[in-house]
Amino acid sequence: MILLFLSSGLFLGWSLGANDAANIFGSAVGTKMVKFRTAAIIASIFVILGAVLQGSGAAHTLGKLGQVSALAGSFTVALAAAITVFAMTRYRLPVSTSQAIVGAIIGWNFYTGNETDSASLTKIVSTWIFAPILGGIFAVIIYQVQKKVIERSKIHLIKLDSYLRNGLLVVGAFGAYSLGANNIANVMGVFIEAAPTQDFNFGMFSITGMQQLFLLGAVSIAVGIITYSKKIMSTVGNKLFALSTEAALVVVLAHSLVLFVFSSQWLSDAVQSIGLPAIPLVPVSSSQAIIGAILGIGLLKGGKEIKLDVMGGIALGWVTTPIASGIITFFSLFFMEHVFMLEVQNTETKIELSHNDVINNISSDKNYEVNQINDSE
Amino acid sequence: MAIFKSSKSVIRDIEEYINKVDQGGLLFKKGIIDFLDGRDESFQNVLHSMAKEEGKADTLRRKIENELYLHSLLPEHRGDVMRLLEKIDDIIDLMKENLYQFDVEDPSIPEEIHDDFKRLAELSVAAVEELLPAVRVYFTDPVAVKERLHRVYFYEKETDKLALEIKRTIFKKLPNLLQSQKIHLRYFTLHIENVSDAAEVVADILSIMAIKRIQ
Repeated sequence: MILLFLSSGLFLGWSLGANDAANIFGSAVGTKMVKFRTAAIIASIFVILGAVLQGSGAAHTLGKLGQVSALAGSFTVALAAAITVFAMTRYRLPVSTSQAIVGAIIGWNFYTGNETDSASLTKIVSTWIFAPILGGIFAVIIYQVQKKVIERSKIHLIKLDSYLRNGLLVVGAFGAYSLGANNIANVMGVFIEAAPTQDFNFGMFSITGMQQLFLLGAVSIAVGIITYSKKIMSTVGNKLFALSTEAALVVVLAHSLVLFVFSSQWLSDAVQSIGLPAIPLVPVSSSQAIIGAILGIGLLKGGKEIKLDVMGGIALGWVTTPIASGIITFFSLFFMEHVFMLEVQNTETKIELSHNDVINNISSDKNYEVNQINDSE
Repeated sequence: MAIFKSSKSVIRDIEEYINKVDQGGLLFKKGIIDFLDGRDESFQNVLHSMAKEEGKADTLRRKIENELYLHSLLPEHRGDVMRLLEKIDDIIDLMKENLYQFDVEDPSIPEEIHDDFKRLAELSVAAVEELLPAVRVYFTDPVAVKERLHRVYFYEKETDKLALEIKRTIFKKLPNLLQSQKIHLRYFTLHIENVSDAAEVVADILSIMAIKRIQ
């Protein structure tokens, strides 16, 4: 039964793998620098590693936004996000899994009457703005450094080509790791309550219940990469700005760094230890990070070749995705509850609350009575 | 690691290919001088060597093109590089063809313009000789391409000027020649001049390619 409910999350994971792997290996495969098979194997392995080893930070923040407390609710939230991602991809509209899931969680909050944690929402939304900017900054810095290194080293074009080819593989592996670490929260974050309670002990290391859940989600991402990303990778032309191989390497690296920064607990702790504010561990959009990086290089080159109409379409997608996902969730939850008669929120929480309320009421009533007696005396 | 191995092999082949064209230029110059000085046997040897070098250059070019495709090397620049190699091939083809024309048509060149013809061959080949380092540098330091190409354009212009002077001499200062002889000589002037023109075509392509790499 649990697996049935998890299926929507796995579908979302599959969609994420199919779409976002193109951000990492699209340029390399599209230009035939890297074979699809090689790209798919590397991306699958590293996305799983990232999710299992470093996926918990961003999931925690997403959990704070709205704790989807019943499995049917989690199923609906993930399904609504997956439908949004799938539909927008099908109609070739730019889409972000992170935004879809956040929109869906807010939709659940609306439906169930739970309050959306404004602090978490602000944190998440601010990273949607900050992530592409950071991507752009990273891209500009790395691009300049790379340019200087290539100029000074006077390396032969063909040798440079083979270095770039291997560089794309290494950076792609890092990108896949960061994608797994940062975006697993989108796929499995709403199912954390359903995570197994028992750890798997392998002697040398053990896998916690949450890691087991993330492993399952990461496998679905890997399946998405293997089964459906080829088409997207092969047709991915950078619509926003034509990229050279050197620039493609920079863009993927900048994107991977952004995803890594927003998912690394270690980095956040390190930043805090030198007296700076902690880095919010938030699921950010892989596509937005890549667009920010492309835009950074585009602006560095004068910005003349940036296609503003394409950019406008992307920006519109950023607004429509969470709204569409939230609306789909709201109506889907209604169907789940009233047509399929499934609990979309844990009533135990409700009972607990009402029990507390009763106690509070009783005590306040008693106080009232005591006050009344005192007054009459 | 196969990619590094094939990269090394292609780099070596490109170097060898450029060397063959360079060698072709030297042979062309020698061939013209031998022809004008009447050293027939030496001219025939040069002709033979030229055909051999041109054949080897052709084989190398095909090998490079195959390697580039087979290992999907330089996907971004492959088209440009292949066009460049083909246009360079036109130069050595042209030089070989010219020498064969000297051999087959055996033009009667008056003593008065022998030195001019020799000088014309030298200038025309100089354009090629200046071009080849620029081709080499394109692969390692595209920024430096432009500063090398201006010498190609210089020698091409000098060749044009001298060719014009020779044609003027043929038609205006050598009244003893028949009109048919004059036209024949004009063609041979043009043949030699064409070598520097072919170098100029490559220089133009190279210039754009370098800009594309710098951007």
